[in-house]
Amino acid sequence: MSFNVSVLKKDFPLLSREENGEPLIYLDSAATSQKPQKVLDVIDSYYREINANVHRGAYRLAEQATTAMEEAREKVSSFIKSDRSEEIIFTKNATESMNLVARSWGESNLNEGDVVLVSSLEHHANIVPWHQLAESRGIEVRWIPLTESGLFDLTDLDRLLDGVKLVAVSGASNVLGTVPPVRMLADAAHNVGALCLVDASQYVPHRPTDLAELGCDFLAFTGHKMCGPTGIGVLWGRSELLESMPAFLGGGEMILDVTKEGFTTNTIPWKFEAGTPPIAEIVGLGAAVDYLESVGMENVLDHEKTLTSYALQTLSDRFGNDLIIHGPNDVSVRGGVLSMCYQDVHPHDVSQILDSHGVCVRAGHHCAKPLMKLLDVNATVRASLYLYNDESDVDALADALEATGQFFSP
Amino acid sequence: MSGLEDLYREIILDHYRNPRNQGELETPPAVMAEGFNPLCGDEVTVHIHVEDGVIVDMKFGGHGCSISLASASMMTTVTTGKSLSEAKDIIYSFKQMMSIHEGRLEEGSEETDSPMAGLGDLQALQGVVKFPVRIKCATLGWNTLEQCFEELASQ
Repeated sequence: MSFNVSVLKKDFPLLSREENGEPLIYLDSAATSQKPQKVLDVIDSYYREINANVHRGAYRLAEQATTAMEEAREKVSSFIKSDRSEEIIFTKNATESMNLVARSWGESNLNEGDVVLVSSLEHHANIVPWHQLAESRGIEVRWIPLTESGLFDLTDLDRLLDGVKLVAVSGASNVLGTVPPVRMLADAAHNVGALCLVDASQYVPHRPTDLAELGCDFLAFTGHKMCGPTGIGVLWGRSELLESMPAFLGGGEMILDVTKEGFTTNTIPWKFEAGTPPIAEIVGLGAAVDYLESVGMENVLDHEKTLTSYALQTLSDRFGNDLIIHGPNDVSVRGGVLSMCYQDVHPHDVSQILDSHGVCVRAGHHCAKPLMKLLDVNATVRASLYLYNDESDVDALADALEATGQFFSP
Repeated sequence: MSGLEDLYREIILDHYRNPRNQGELETPPAVMAEGFNPLCGDEVTVHIHVEDGVIVDMKFGGHGCSISLASASMMTTVTTGKSLSEAKDIIYSFKQMMSIHEGRLEEGSEETDSPMAGLGDLQALQGVVKFPVRIKCATLGWNTLEQCFEELASQ
C-alpha cells in the first residue's frame, strides 16, 4: 500500500468532524489516537456476531469468541516480533503493565537498597510504581540525567548502574520526543545482572518494533495510542521471567485449580489475566494491528520523520525565538512530539486560542512533573503527530499560534 | 472565535497584563498559603495581613494562566479593605457564580437577585463557566485565600 495521507485521513471518521465550519485539526495523538473505520467495524461486529465469554463455554459461539481473542494475541505478538504469543499479557493500559511488573516481579525480587534506574523524562506511570516500591520495600529510585538538548546523559553510566536491578526507561518520550538508545541500555543492564523494562507507549504506535533489536526484558504499551480502543494494554515479558513471577491479580481465568486450602496458577499468559478480559477491546486491538501493518510501520516512521522535520523547520522559520521547542532537533533521535512554550503566554491560554481555531493540542505537565521541573516550566503546549497528519495540519497550527500571539499582545 | 470573547473579557486581559497587588508580605504579621492546580502544575501564593478582623493588605504571586492570574488579581482588589466575614461572603458569591450551569447563564443572569449581584468587575469572569476546564484556574486564588483564613483561624 502506498502512503497517501489524504486518502488515509478518510479512514478515520472523526477526522472529518468540523469545528465552526472548519476541519478539525487533531494534534494530540500522544494522548490518544483516532480510530480507523475498520477498527470500529470489527468491534461492532464482535458484539453483533460473536460475543460470548472466552475460555469457558464449550459451545461454538464461545469458541469463536475465544479464537478471535487469541488470534488478536497472535497479531500483537507478531507486530512486535515476538515468537511466543504466550509472552503477550493483556492489561488495561501501559500503566497497568508497568504496575504488574512492579508488583509481581518487583515485590518478589527487590529488597532494601536495590536500585531501579529510570530517566529524568519518564511519564508518571514509570515513576510512581517505583516510588511505591521505595515506600514498601526500601528500594532506591535513581535518575539518568538529560543533556541540554533532552537526550540521555550517559557519561556516568557505570556509576549510575551500581546496585541496579532494573533499568526502566521510556522508548520514546511523550514530552520531548526523545528516542533513547534502548539497546545500549538493555545491554548495559544485562552486564550488571539487571533487567530492562521499556515504556513503549510512544514507541510501538510510531515505528517498527523488533524485540530482538530492543533487547529488553519487559515492554509495556497501550492500545488506544495505536489506533485501537481504550481499555486495552499490553505487557510483553520474557517467558522465563513471566513464569517465575507470582500472579498479579487473583480470580477466575488465572487459576488451574482452587480448593478451600489454596490455588494453583494457570500457565502464562492467562496467569496474569484474572477475570473476564476486555474481549472486544482485544479484538479491536488486533484490528488496529492489521490496519497499521497494512499501512506499514516503516512508512509510518518515514512519514512522521518527514513531517516532524517540516514542523520543526516551519515553526522555527515563522516564530524564531518567540517559540521554544523542547527536545532534540535531530529527527533520527526524536519522534513527532513537539512540546512548546510560546512567548510568555501560558500553555492553557495558547491551547484555548488554538481550540478556537479548531486545533486540538495538549497543555499541561503531560504526567511528567520531574521533567517539567528540569525544564523549569510548569507546563508546555504539546502538539503530537501521527500517520494521519500532514503539512496542512502543521500550517494550521502555525497560523493559530500566530493568532494567539496577536490575541495576547498588548 | 467560538465564545472566546466571553472568556477573555477586556478587564480580564487588563488584569493579566497589569496584575494588581503582585508580591509578598512579611510573615508574620501576614499569613501565607500556597495553592496548586494539579491539572496544569500552576501554583499561586496568597499573603494576607489582617488587623482587627479586617484585611488591610493582600498580595498574590506564583505562576499561572491569564485566567488564574487575572482572577487572583481581581480578588485582591475586591477583598482588600473588607472584613473577614465580608470577604467570605464575596468568596461564597464568586464560587456560586463559578458553579452556575452554562444554561442558566444564558437565561439572563444579570438580575439583581442573582448570586453575582455585588460582584462588580468580577462578573467579567462569569464567561469562564462556559469553559469547564478553566473553572479550576479561576478559583485557584480564591481557594488559596480560604486556606489563608484557615491558617489565620488555627493561630
